[in-house]
Amino acid sequence: MKVISIDKTEWANGIEKTKSIYRLFGPVKENTWHSFMPLGPGEQPDMAYGNSRLSPKFLVHPQTEPMFEYNLDEKQADHHVLKEIPKDVSPKAIIGIRPCDASAFLLVKRNFDTPTYKDPYWLTAYNSLTLIGYACNQPCSTCFCTTAGCGPFHEEGLDAILVDAGDRYLLKALTEKGEAYIQSAGWATSAPSDADQSIEKLKSTAEKAIASHVSTDKLRNQSTTQLYDAPFWEEIAFSCINCGTCTYSCPTCWCFDIQDENHGKCGVRMRNWDSCMYPLFSLHGTGHNPRGAKAHRVRQRFMHKLKYYVDKYDNGIQCVGCGRCIRLCPVNIDIRKVCNQMNSYDPAACVCPV
Amino acid sequence: MSLYIDKIKETAERLLKDGSVDMVIGFRKGSVPMMNEPCFIQKPQEVHQLVWDSNCGINLANYLTDRKEKIAVVAKGCDSRNIVNHIVENKIKREKLVIIGVPCTGMIDKRKIAGMFDKPIDAVTEDGDIILVTSAGKETRLNKTDVLQENCALCIHRNPVIYDELVGDLIEEQTGIDRYAEVRRVEAMSPQEKWQYFEDLLSPCIRCYACRNACPLCYCPTCFVDESRPQWVGKSQDPIDTRTFHFLRAYHCAGRCTDCGACERACPVGIKVRQFTSKLNRDCLEMFGWEAGLTLDQRPPLDTYKPNDPNDFIK
Repeated sequence: MKVISIDKTEWANGIEKTKSIYRLFGPVKENTWHSFMPLGPGEQPDMAYGNSRLSPKFLVHPQTEPMFEYNLDEKQADHHVLKEIPKDVSPKAIIGIRPCDASAFLLVKRNFDTPTYKDPYWLTAYNSLTLIGYACNQPCSTCFCTTAGCGPFHEEGLDAILVDAGDRYLLKALTEKGEAYIQSAGWATSAPSDADQSIEKLKSTAEKAIASHVSTDKLRNQSTTQLYDAPFWEEIAFSCINCGTCTYSCPTCWCFDIQDENHGKCGVRMRNWDSCMYPLFSLHGTGHNPRGAKAHRVRQRFMHKLKYYVDKYDNGIQCVGCGRCIRLCPVNIDIRKVCNQMNSYDPAACVCPV
Repeated sequence: MSLYIDKIKETAERLLKDGSVDMVIGFRKGSVPMMNEPCFIQKPQEVHQLVWDSNCGINLANYLTDRKEKIAVVAKGCDSRNIVNHIVENKIKREKLVIIGVPCTGMIDKRKIAGMFDKPIDAVTEDGDIILVTSAGKETRLNKTDVLQENCALCIHRNPVIYDELVGDLIEEQTGIDRYAEVRRVEAMSPQEKWQYFEDLLSPCIRCYACRNACPLCYCPTCFVDESRPQWVGKSQDPIDTRTFHFLRAYHCAGRCTDCGACERACPVGIKVRQFTSKLNRDCLEMFGWEAGLTLDQRPPLDTYKPNDPNDFIK
């Protein structure tokens, strides 16, 4: 598609114009990190950012999502009836989302939008979004997107991609939604004919700057039970403190727990993020816990992302290589190491202690 | 530091070889700058993995809870105090432990250092009291004393309080430290200011429980926030529930907290969790002359009753 050239002095003005149509979200600096925040009048996204500390998944899948409300007051005609809470379907745009995080939405969509099940909350929120991506010229040392089915200039999942080309941005629409956003901003200057080459050059530099990689080629052919019984889980899990940092910061973790919360005679049925790291996650009503030990829970997280998902969807790993879990893990458990260990596991060569 | 490392490896190897212990719990080199990973070593030929530097802030007492093996554990001052707590609270038996004591010169604050540079940090090394940070290909020298974790800068128990082996000479403890200036600052606020202050402090919380799980004191089989029958605390992002978690957890640590800083270090969103525990530590010191984890011979103040208790309500 056509590439638009935006002089950096015209950028803020265009963003401002789109606010009459879209509710905007973008990276905002808080202390020493960035978070995706609503951009009110006069507020601009901070385009000098690396990536946000937590992923922007909460814009589609909030940590707490009220679904229904009800009342328990029998004097009321509609008591004990669940009533759906209306959702905001107005157009929203995320400015500056990184390709990995946008790609993560597509990955999660495979789970929330299937021929059998369609998650209305997730889909409503996702469909109302326009994703104006921001190519990574300078990836972080913990990024491994190029071997996780993604990349610093990856376009899939984005509606438009913005490239920082020094004194100007190059913006390429990728979908009709992207085109519509660009039009509403009033950016119309066609980029010079060599823009595609400039983008290619920046892309190749960025890809080369990604120094860490994972190997995933053998995961699909590994035997699930042999991998499940592999001797390395105790060692991998040892340092884990079973907090939810990895799952809550991950753009592709989608698990939730449904709760009713009453306040007097009124109540809300909501869903909250949940984490496979927590013992309560798999605790049965009988009191039995199939994942009663820490090592079981750590294994579950990695087996889900790197084996069960791979087998179920045949579409790579359930990870986009953003590196957040590596950066934020309080005890330095590194998914790159675990992935390589799982990929190269050879049960025949394993000498188990007798 | 390298002398410490040699001595840690040598001790670990000897203890594993002569069968005194089944495993050694220590640190191995991390995969990102300013992070080491807790690990266990069971074979003498694997002790080469063990490291020691200013990135060993995780409290290893957390890894001892209810373990049945004979364990050698590498312990700096605060770890050793939490080991004392664990022994007093029957979470580990003294005779099951060989404590490899490390006189500690403090751990560096990875967030503070990261915040000093515009670009990501590529590598951090140290040479005595100098921390060498490489960012964007440029090396910067920092004084370790300027970039310590706050709890380490305020620490007056750097030497292990209990040990069987020592990896270096005991060091001089810091004196003349004003440890509770922050507590006084918050105490001086009006109720409205305090409310706002705590609300702001806790607003980034994502309820991941990293603070709780990194804390050696938090070993309850089921935490009160995880109880479902009855469910004491809601699980949403409701600020009331978030506050309930943090305030109640802090009270559970009263008279037990060693100010090891594990909670703050673990928090992915940088909440100053110690703001709560420091106040309780100061109260315990003022009211009972008590600092947690210094002795095996005395019950903690909230675990015992004395007729001369300074609180009026109890009399």
